[in-house]
Amino acid sequence: MIKAIGKPLEEIIGNVQDAGKVLVAGCDGCVTVCEAGGLKEAKVLASALRLYYTQAGKPAQVDEVSLTRQCDKEYLAQLSDRIDDYDAVISLACGAGCQFLTEMYNHKVVFPGVDTCFIGVNEERGYFTERCQACGRCILAETGGICPIARCSKRMLNGPCGGSDKGKCEVNPDIPCGWELIYERLKTLGQLDRFENPVAPKDWTSSRDGGPRKIVREDLRI
Amino acid sequence: MSETTPSKLQKMIAAGHFAVTSEVGPPRSADGSVLEHKAKMIRDYVDAVNVTDNQTSVCRLCSLASVIRLKLMGLEPVLQMVTRDRNRIALQSDILGAASFGINNILCLTGDHQHFGDHASCANVFDLDSVQLIQTVKMMRDEGKLLGGHTFEVRPQMFIGCAANPFAGPNVALRVARVAKKVAAGAQFIQTQCIYNIPKFKEFMKMVVDRGLHEKVSILAGITPMKNVGMAKYMQKRVPGMDVPDEIIQRMGGVPKEKQAEEGINLAVEQIEELKSVEGIKGFHLMAIEWEEKVPEIVERVGLYPRPKLEA
Repeated sequence: MIKAIGKPLEEIIGNVQDAGKVLVAGCDGCVTVCEAGGLKEAKVLASALRLYYTQAGKPAQVDEVSLTRQCDKEYLAQLSDRIDDYDAVISLACGAGCQFLTEMYNHKVVFPGVDTCFIGVNEERGYFTERCQACGRCILAETGGICPIARCSKRMLNGPCGGSDKGKCEVNPDIPCGWELIYERLKTLGQLDRFENPVAPKDWTSSRDGGPRKIVREDLRI
Repeated sequence: MSETTPSKLQKMIAAGHFAVTSEVGPPRSADGSVLEHKAKMIRDYVDAVNVTDNQTSVCRLCSLASVIRLKLMGLEPVLQMVTRDRNRIALQSDILGAASFGINNILCLTGDHQHFGDHASCANVFDLDSVQLIQTVKMMRDEGKLLGGHTFEVRPQMFIGCAANPFAGPNVALRVARVAKKVAAGAQFIQTQCIYNIPKFKEFMKMVVDRGLHEKVSILAGITPMKNVGMAKYMQKRVPGMDVPDEIIQRMGGVPKEKQAEEGINLAVEQIEELKSVEGIKGFHLMAIEWEEKVPEIVERVGLYPRPKLEA
């Protein structure tokens, strides 16, 4: 799922310090799972903002809500009858949800309340790591099920580089070398022959490099 | 710190003359003699020569090596640099390298998306954009500082330029605002997109002048002579951001095929003559694409030859 982390409170206050009425809008999707932008976090942020306005002597109203998802219009529509009650909205959804909310309520000021970080996993509670960069052309079948694009700091397709040391990345010894992992996994699978086959330059058109992407599923569009 | 550089192009403009620049496209091979041949054709007719940087995302001999070659021939080169292919380390490194050979002009561009070129499947960089590249060159020149914070003594003495496309509509005001942003970043000269729609260009220039931007940046009008009606149609339909009015197509198509090249030159000459009187125009940038041999004729016919001599 998408992993995010709450923005520093000072940054959020900087955006809404002059707004009299603020709605904090959480999302029940990915950001709830990584505990960055669900109802619980919306309540915590709303409380912190109320405290700020009180201490600053500014009359204000801060409410919170959480939508099933902010990346779907039908759930965003749940705000239609109340969004005009507010001067500003803080979206705790990922960057996609925050933008979709903005698109739907074009006249309303919407601020992001989280930093969207990556597509990753929950290794443990509060410990999330990246696994996928959504390049649009999955090569996991060739790399032992471990993605070198997400897990090698140089996104090398023929790693590891000379800077890999004791199975760790040269960028930071806390980062496992993605190619060390791939090598060991291929060994386990008895597929080390794959490792020695040079991989040709990748076609990046399906990745961010090709420009903004879309999927059109005619079979789903009635 | 000084915004006055040893650039001959800057001096020509400062002396109040219409500047004339042109460009050469490097070959898609290691044959440097191609550049020398093109450069010799135009050297006496222009004040400075741009070298394009993998234009339209087609891989070519690099602009850095090319401008050094031209400099060693005694020409005044303009290093075109796009941010598509190199990150800030490589860009700054190449700027220092160019400056070490006395290159004094740079044109800061973002660059066409690789989608248009011969390596459409490649990754792009775009670590910086054109505005940030302008800021970077200015910082290196005026503060002797790299983006990473390192300070140094021998600074690149660059006359800083950029491009502007008045026709990438629909909003001309937006295009003028972007010029203002580039000026705020440090741009000192502009070479515009090829101009065919003169009324629209004048509308753009009026807004530039109304905002006083023409006093802060020297605008060189971009002129590309058409070789034939096929080229005119191609530019109208296929080249992003290009505005070729139907009248131009009709005029080019209205003469026999063997006369179309001549008509294209006539058209370019007329455009320059008309643009000379537009307030804020400080010169002309002749982009005779794979047609460099026509530059002398155009410059002579518009009365800009011989080029004025600058005092040493």
